Order: sequence, then structure tokens, then C-alpha cells
Amino acid sequence: MNAPTKGSHGDALKWVGRAIRRLEDPALVTGQGHFTADLAATHWVRFVRSPNAAGTIGNIKAPDGALVITAADLKAVKKITPMLHKFEYKAVGQPILAEDVVRFVGEAVAAVVASSEEEAEDIADLVELNIDASMPLVDSRDALANGAPQIHIEAPGNVIVKGTVKTPGFDGVWASAAKVVKIDARSHRQNATPMEARAAHAAYDRTNGRVTLTCTTQMPHLMRTAIADLLGMRESDLRVIAPDVGGGFGQKMSLCSEYVLLVWLARKLKSTVAWTEDRRENLIASFHSRDQYVTLEGAFDKDAKLLALRADVVSNVGAYSCFPTTCGVEPLMAMAEMPGPYDVRHYQCLARGVLTNTCTMAAYRGVSRPIITFTIERLMDKAAKAFALDPVDIRRRNLIDKFPYTSATGLVYDEATYKETLDMAVHEIGVPAFRARQKEARARGRYLGIGFATFSERTGYGSPAFAARGMAITPGWETVHVSVDPSGYVEARIGSSPHGQGLRTTLAQIIADELGIPPDLIKVIHGDTDTAPYGWGTFASRSLVISGGATLIAARKVRAKLVKIASHMLEAAENDIVLEGGHAKVAGTDRTVSIASMAREIYTQAHRFKGELEPGLNESGTYDPPGTFSNACHVAIVDLDPDTGFVKVERYLVAEDAGRIINPMIADGQVHGGVAQGIGNALLEEIVYDGDGGILTANLADYMPPTAHEMPNIELHHIETPSTQSITKAKGLGEGGTIGAPAAVLNAINDALTPFNVEIDIIPATPQRIRAVLREAEQAKKKIA
Amino acid sequence: MKPAPFVRHVPRTLQQALAMLSQLAGQDGRILAGGQSLVPIMAFRLAKPAHLIDINEIAGLDRLDSDGTALTIGARVRHAAFHGPAVDNPLAALLSYVARHIAHYPIRMRGTFCGSLAHADPASEWCLTAATLGATMIAKSQRGEREIAAADFFEGIMSTALAEDELLAEVRLPLLAADAKFGFNEFSRRAGDFAMASSLVTYRVADGKISEARIGVGGAESSPRRIEEAESALNGQPPGDPAFRAAALAASDAVDPLEDHQTNAEYRRDLVRAVVRRALEHSLT
Amino acid sequence: MTEKTALTLSINGHAHAINVEARRTLADAIREDCGQTGTHIGCEHGICGACTVIVNGEPVRSCLMFAVQAEGKKIRTVEGLADGDTLHVMQQAFMDHHGLQCGFCTPGFLMLAVGVLEREPNISDDDLLDVLSSNLCRCTGYQNIIKAVRAAAEQMRGK
Repeated sequence: MNAPTKGSHGDALKWVGRAIRRLEDPALVTGQGHFTADLAATHWVRFVRSPNAAGTIGNIKAPDGALVITAADLKAVKKITPMLHKFEYKAVGQPILAEDVVRFVGEAVAAVVASSEEEAEDIADLVELNIDASMPLVDSRDALANGAPQIHIEAPGNVIVKGTVKTPGFDGVWASAAKVVKIDARSHRQNATPMEARAAHAAYDRTNGRVTLTCTTQMPHLMRTAIADLLGMRESDLRVIAPDVGGGFGQKMSLCSEYVLLVWLARKLKSTVAWTEDRRENLIASFHSRDQYVTLEGAFDKDAKLLALRADVVSNVGAYSCFPTTCGVEPLMAMAEMPGPYDVRHYQCLARGVLTNTCTMAAYRGVSRPIITFTIERLMDKAAKAFALDPVDIRRRNLIDKFPYTSATGLVYDEATYKETLDMAVHEIGVPAFRARQKEARARGRYLGIGFATFSERTGYGSPAFAARGMAITPGWETVHVSVDPSGYVEARIGSSPHGQGLRTTLAQIIADELGIPPDLIKVIHGDTDTAPYGWGTFASRSLVISGGATLIAARKVRAKLVKIASHMLEAAENDIVLEGGHAKVAGTDRTVSIASMAREIYTQAHRFKGELEPGLNESGTYDPPGTFSNACHVAIVDLDPDTGFVKVERYLVAEDAGRIINPMIADGQVHGGVAQGIGNALLEEIVYDGDGGILTANLADYMPPTAHEMPNIELHHIETPSTQSITKAKGLGEGGTIGAPAAVLNAINDALTPFNVEIDIIPATPQRIRAVLREAEQAKKKIA
Repeated sequence: MKPAPFVRHVPRTLQQALAMLSQLAGQDGRILAGGQSLVPIMAFRLAKPAHLIDINEIAGLDRLDSDGTALTIGARVRHAAFHGPAVDNPLAALLSYVARHIAHYPIRMRGTFCGSLAHADPASEWCLTAATLGATMIAKSQRGEREIAAADFFEGIMSTALAEDELLAEVRLPLLAADAKFGFNEFSRRAGDFAMASSLVTYRVADGKISEARIGVGGAESSPRRIEEAESALNGQPPGDPAFRAAALAASDAVDPLEDHQTNAEYRRDLVRAVVRRALEHSLT
Repeated sequence: MTEKTALTLSINGHAHAINVEARRTLADAIREDCGQTGTHIGCEHGICGACTVIVNGEPVRSCLMFAVQAEGKKIRTVEGLADGDTLHVMQQAFMDHHGLQCGFCTPGFLMLAVGVLEREPNISDDDLLDVLSSNLCRCTGYQNIIKAVRAAAEQMRGK
């Protein structure tokens, strides 16, 4: 590790702000990581999944002698029933194994237990499911149609959640508009596709009756709470471990029925039981997302200033509701954040979550914001065209520039740089040079396009934000325990559960600056409910802000105590003590004492501090912030091949403001990865159902995450506006890349399509879809001719 | 996604392999060569062969040599064998260029030329190559040996003229004329994916006019084949945009396009037009 | 359960005597039977490349080979890449350039890159990009993987 140098903020000898190498990496590059599927087990589980999207389960016939579990065995197990106390939410229950009826292709109907994965799959092939199939509802619009079959008796009309908002005086303002611009946007269904599919391993301890569940999860503590509830067991009898987790992106945030079954089985068999999801299962039966229709209209005054927005959001939430967020997560996020970075005082929205016979929807990186950002950014480009303005100009006229800003939906935006990042992006991409190149290329039959996306990214929000959604389970805060052991070694135990975000490194950097020791002497411990404090895990771009804040609070307490110990041992005033280089020093003297000596003293010579300091060196910090908005402007330049509809992203630029950056290398990596997923969303990735509710994209040749070849180089530019709503001054940035990319790419595609006078407002904008609109243009031209 | 059980047989000679195939073909026995297509479908349990006859240990099947008229490619020759020049003939550059479009590097390390042909995926680059260049397939069984012309070999999606007890032991690709030109293009959405349409072309130029044109199209129909209408549009014309466009249009009109969830007939024709034109343009570079 | 075959796999120079069914993939055998869990399984149908290992000098998908086919061959996995405590330049480059986040795809990328560069040290940048598009990564967006491999390639050439 490099020695500390001046930080990017001008402070001397700071670790925060420096691109140090990650502490996570040595194990991972040498094959020494610990992933769930690495564990050996006595019993292996294979799920028998429904081949039908809808139907009544008749007889289930298992081969003789096989151990096959069905719903009949699980009468004592509660159904997964997430709850919202608002928005006309209808509580529907999901049985651990399908009971009486099946509701989507891939739903687990039975579980085979055998001594190997191969054997379990052999037996599963022999289990006869007799399902009386009925016609499924696949598209949310069909599910909303009058007379559509009802998927859950509790949700009439298949509407499970319904949010509405209309600001006072909306109608009058709408009527006063000079122009109304409209977009009908469609986002097809996607799968987060972490490279590690789900896996679980449940081990029963005969000495005490406890079960240890090791699983691929982003929130181990909540898994413990939820599974203990469903099985009617004490939480203390369940230990949940999230070891190294191979990506999550939200898919591993929700409770999986499979994990509940594993714990139940481990208790039943008093043994060790494992399940490793295969890729096909992941694509058909792990959580999906992004299946939405969004209609958005913008009312503008004569100067192209946005007066009001009117939105209709239909989110296909699949067959059940996900725990803990509920399936309100997509439609309600869309409703709350539709106005994005724009100053608009009037807003009307109807946002519905609609049940269908498809795989259950859950959070996926960005949650709705990739879709609503794509929608409103397309709307701004359409409006620019309607007003004959430059896309950059219309954004400048409408971006928020006074802070704090309270949105039409009541969100409070802290200081951000919407206009500044736009200006920076415009400058860096070189718009005039691009326009010249575009013109020259068109003359040669090549079609280039440029697209902008400006957006806000709400990050690091605490419990009040979740409570506002009416969630029965209200996450938000985080606790961190920082301790120095008698050898002077520092540990931070955190409730967050990072799985690739590099939090072990960034939190160590925060502690290092407080305690004056290098980060590699600090160990961050997470992902084990026996050793980490209760917390909510890692999702929603929250961990660096919230766990980071809690870390800072705890570290400051440790620092304060170290100063007191040093003051005592060095017989100097507390004000004269400085901590650096692993020592406490009396300023202006050569008197020092090492942190190790101080730690040893406060544990083993505690009597010397009697009446002044408690023995030991363990402090706790809890943080529950209101939330802070990151922001960015993305620019995509695409090369569109009109003959095939193929789009190559030629250049990609991000101007980002995520507050204070703790580790620039890690921050940039988050943006890179987010943009890659966003480009996948924009161009490639789509879960396709056929009319019978079967999935046509159940492998990685048909479901297409981008490869290195499809990715442009990403140029990054930063502004650092320290957050006033986060004590580390950092904002979150895990989702921004994914949020901005579909909008920027679609705007660029539509810019490229300008000469053909056609538009496309569908993601993914596949070559087939692009050719289809071009063919329309060709045919229209022929007609005229 | 674990394959169903099977019994593996490891012949050391071609004769042993053919004897095993003769015995086991009727009991759901199959040849295992590179495994890069077969093993995935076994993982999905779309194929559950009871017996696999693993020909990877048979010494004589790795021949890759030329007799001056054709390049003979044995059943064990991997795609990667064509990364570099396989023969002292313009055919080498063609094969090397095409090979680089087959899936990905690690797949090319294992997958075999003959295995691709026997598997007969409509999108296979080697099937297109065999069809375009007029390869001769050497099928061997205990009953004897026979030659099958490429035009008779491909019978449909993953279906060939091979009898169930026949092994595709060798393929002979005719060498190209010293002045032959070739061009190749394929369309896929991601690098390394199956081609949604592909085209391989060869021709010669005499007195400024194209002759002996071969235009093959793959991925668009149930099997790759030469498109006569496109070849006629090209022969006798000077190489260049007008002729290339005419040939491309003729090819797109002539095909009977495969349709799937992402590709309707119109789009497949669009792609055929594009890949044929681009293959022809590539021939000039 | 079908009949098992006794065989010996040589992984990173160590002999592992195992007993497996013919259908056992090399990937499963390396992980389950030989306990070398650094090789990961991401798709089991040859698309993602997480299970890439080097067999007799060739980078291959270990999910598309059967263990019984690897007898007598030299298998190298991520566990054998470092020389004692000294990381392979490729491992070091991935750390230096932040070429990994969750680390799940990393062993496959390392073995792919090392395997190809050992065979073709002078591979062009374009061809290297083609090679790296063999494997999927969901975290990094590939940019830093490409950077890391190019940097390591320089160093490997220099050796």
C-alpha cells in the first residue's frame, strides 16, 4: 500500500480521497474467496418447477423411495406476505412451494432431496406434476382488461398497488400550457443476472439446534428475521451468513422462498442441505424487473419551461410481491421520482402495480429510474424538437438550480450540480465537432447520433424515506461497532453487506483518517448475523453514506477515547494530542505512545483509569440520514447501421457529482459497471415470454448481457459537491450508471434516426425494433413516391 | 443443469469407433468430439444420450493436409487449427478469417470442424463454408465409406444425411484458385453469438468481370446453401457496388427465411441483403 | 447413479485421485472432488466463461469438458497462478487497475487472459478485445479488465 500523501481535499496525510488498492482483492484474485456454492453438503436440493404459467395442481407423483417435499408438508410454514400500509396495497401471500395453483412458469412446486446435485436432478426429472393448465395473463395490459381472470383473490382487477398524486391547481396550469408533448414509453422485462446465481446452504447444529444458513443475500439480518418469522422459530436459533457474494444488483435483496425451504429442511433432517441455482432457474425464476409501460406528458409554457407533468405508470409485478420492499418498489419509485432533476411545480400521476402470470418482480439496480429517466429524457428531446431548441438548451431552462429544492412530490433535494455537470459534459464531448462529423458521416450513408441524459440519483436514504412508503418493514439506519483489540488491531463490524462495492476498503479509509493508522491494519467484518450488528445490508446506493456515517461516528468515539488515554499516559492536555502514524503524540514534543500500547493499557491496566474511563476500546455508531441526491449528465454517441438496425455505442461520457469521493478508483468502477448494465438495458437485455407464459430467453445466448466488445470506453469527469446531508460528505453512486445509460443511448439513437423522421421509445432498442421503424419510414417514402 | 447419466466409450482406433457406433447408435449412442455444442444441450437435458463415443483419443483423426486439390480435415481438427494458415493456398486466409468469427477463443480450442458440420446448426460458420465451397463429406461406418456432397449433406435444422451409424470422419474442402477472392460477413448482436445471418463469397475476376461466383448464405434458412440467383447477378459483372447490391437483393429475395421470437421474415431478409453485400465488399479489401 | 471411474487429475502440479461418473464435468470435478473452489461456475452452458481453466496450455471452458476427458492432462486453475506469495503479473494487474469487484468472474478472466497471452504474447489489442469478450462480467463494465490485461500483457512480453 502506498504511503499517504496529500488528499484530494488538500488535507495533509489523508486516506479519504485516495485511489488505494482494495483490501478485498488478494483473496479474490488467488481463488481464495468463499462463495456459498463452495461449501460441501450431505443433502442436495433440486426444485421441480412449474412448466405452466397458470393452472391447478392435481396429483404430484414422486418416484418410489425418493424424498420429495411439497406444499402438503409445509402446512405449518407461513406464506411470504410483504406489506405496505398505503397506496391501496393488497397483501397477497406466496407459499414456499406452490399450493393448489401455479402462477408462473418456474414457480417451485416440489423439492427433491438427494445425495448429490446430479441425483437430485435425475429424480426431479421423474416427478410427475399433473397441472390442469389455464390461460395465463402475461402482459400487464391484458391483466388490466375487464373480465381478466384474477390472479390473487385479494387483488381485484389484478391491481395490487395503486399510487396517485395530483398537485393542487394542476388542471388550471395544464390548461394554460403553450404546448403539450407526449411519450408512450415501453420498457421490457429484464433480469439483473449476477454472475453468481443464487445459492443456499443450511447446516443444522445438533449440539444446540441452531441452523446456519449461508446464502447469496444482500441483507443477512433481515433474512434471519423473515425466515424465523415464517418458520416460527427464535431468531437466536438461526444464523445467516452472506459470505463472498458474486454480485446482487437487487436480485439478492429479496427473500427467496427457496432459502426458507432450506432452513426448514435442515431442521427436519437435522443435517446439512444445499441448493445451487442453475442459470436457467436464475433466468426464469429468480426475480425480474423493469417490465413497464409509461405514458408521460409534459406541459410547457411558450418559453419551453416545464409547467406540469402527467404520468401513467403500469408496472408488471409478476405473480407475487417481493419481501421486504413489496412490489410497490417499481411503480411507487416511478411516481415519486418521475420529475427527476427538473423544476416542475405541478404533477399528476397514476402508478399501478399489476399482477400477471410471470416471474415476480423485485428491485434491480436503479429501480424504475432507468425507465423514468429514459422516459422524461426522451420527453425533453421531443419537446426540444417541438420548440426547435437544442436538447441542451431545453434542459438548461428546466434544471433545478436552487437548493434545497422541494419537489412536487415532497422530496427535498440537497445541493447538487445539475447544470454544471451538463455544461461539463457538453464541453468535454465537443458538440460542434460532433455535429460536423455527424453531417459528414450522413453524406456517406452512416448515421451517428448524440444523446444526453441529466438525472438525479437519490441515495443514502434512512428510515423516514422508507416509512413514507408505508412499509411494514422499514429499513434505513445502520450501526457500526469499531473496536481496538489489546494488540492494537482495529476491527469494524458493520450491518451493511457489501458484495463487490469495496466497502471493506472505503470504510477502512474513513477509520484510518480518524485513528491515524493505515487502512490495511483495519479489518471490516460483515455478512454474519453472529458477528455483525443488526443492519439492513447493501442496496439502494446506501452503504457508503449510511454505514460510512455510522463508521465515522464510531471511529470518532474511539478517537476521543484514545485521546483521553493518551492524555493520561503522556500527562498532557487532550487538546495537545494528535493521532498519526499509529501513535498519539504530544504536539510540539517527541513524547509519543503507540495505539497498541494504549489499547493494551486500557484492557489490561484498566484500574489506572478507574473513575475516568471504562475498560476496553469498543465504540458504536448509528446513523440514519435523510438522504442525499447525487447527480450526473451522461452523453452517448452511437453509430447506427440503417441496414441492420445495429447500434454501436462509440463514445460514452459521464460527468458525475457524488459528493466527496472516498476512493476514486472504486467510485469510477461503480460508474463503469452501472453504465454497462444500462447499455445492456438499452440495447440487449430482454426476458421474452411467449403467449403461454413460457420464457424464450432462458440461457445466456438468448438473454444477452453485454460483453467487452459491446462496451465503449467510458470517460469520467467529476465534480465534488460535499453533501450537507451526509456526515462523511459522500453521496451514493451505485445506481447512477444504470439510471442514465438507457436515456442517453435512446436519445442518441433517436438523434441518429432524425433524417428518417422516425422515433423509437422502447428499451431495449434492439436491431429488429430499429429496423422495424426504419422499414416504416421506407414504406412511407415509397407511398409518397 | 447436470447432464443425465451416460456411458463413455473410448475407442483408440477408427475401426473400434465405427464398431461401437454400429452397436450403440440404436441405443441412443452419439459421437463426442469437441463437445462445445453437445455438452450445453446435455446440460439443459435437451439431449440425454445413453452412450457417448469419445473420439478424442483416436490418433489418425487429426489430419489436416492437402493433396494439391483439396484440404482434408479430420474429425478431431479443432477450430483453432485454422487461426494460422492451414494450407499454402488462398483458402487458408479464408478459413482463418472465418474461424475468428466462431464463438469465442476457448470454444475454438475444443470445438471441431467436422463436429460443427455433423451438428448442422443453421448458423454455423463451418456449415456455411462447406456449403459455399462445395465440400465433400467422408462418412464412414462399419458398412463402408461414402462421399456426400455438401449440397446433399445438410437436410435441415440440426439434421444431416449421415446415417446414425456413420461418423463424419473427414471433410475435403477444394482449394481455391490462386487468384480467387473471398469475402465473409456475419451479423450477430454480441461478439461471438450465433450469426443471425452470414454470407461467404468467392469469385475470380477475368478481363475485369466476375466469374465462378459462389455466394453462400447461412443462418437465414434451415441450412446454409449457395444462392444461385445471387451468383447469376454477379457473374459477368465488374466487381463493385452496383453488382454487389444486385446480388445482395437477389439473395434476400431468394431465401426462405427462418423466423423466431426476435426475427421475423422481413428482418431476416434485411440481414441477408446486408451480409451478402458486406461479404462482397469485404472481398475487395 | 451410474458407474464411477477412478482417475487422477493433475491440477497445478498436484495429483488428485478421484472417483467420478462419466457425466461429471471437469468444472464440478475440480471444485467438488478436488476441492479447488477458486474455479467458479456461472452458467454451465459455455457462455459466461467463469469456469475457464488452462488444460495442456489451452484456455477452455471446464463446464464443457468431462472430468474423465482430462485424465493425463495438465490442468491449471487460479490457485496455481501465483508463485508462492508472489502474485502472477495478471493477478497484480487486476488489483492495480481495479479489474474486479465481486470477484466471481475473476478466476475465469485471469485464466483466459493468461492462457491466451502465453500462447500469443504478441496478440494485437483488437484481437485481445475479442478474446476478452469470451467471458462475462457483470460488475466492472470491462474497462478496467481490459486495462489490466493490456498492462499485464506488456509485462509478460517484457519477461
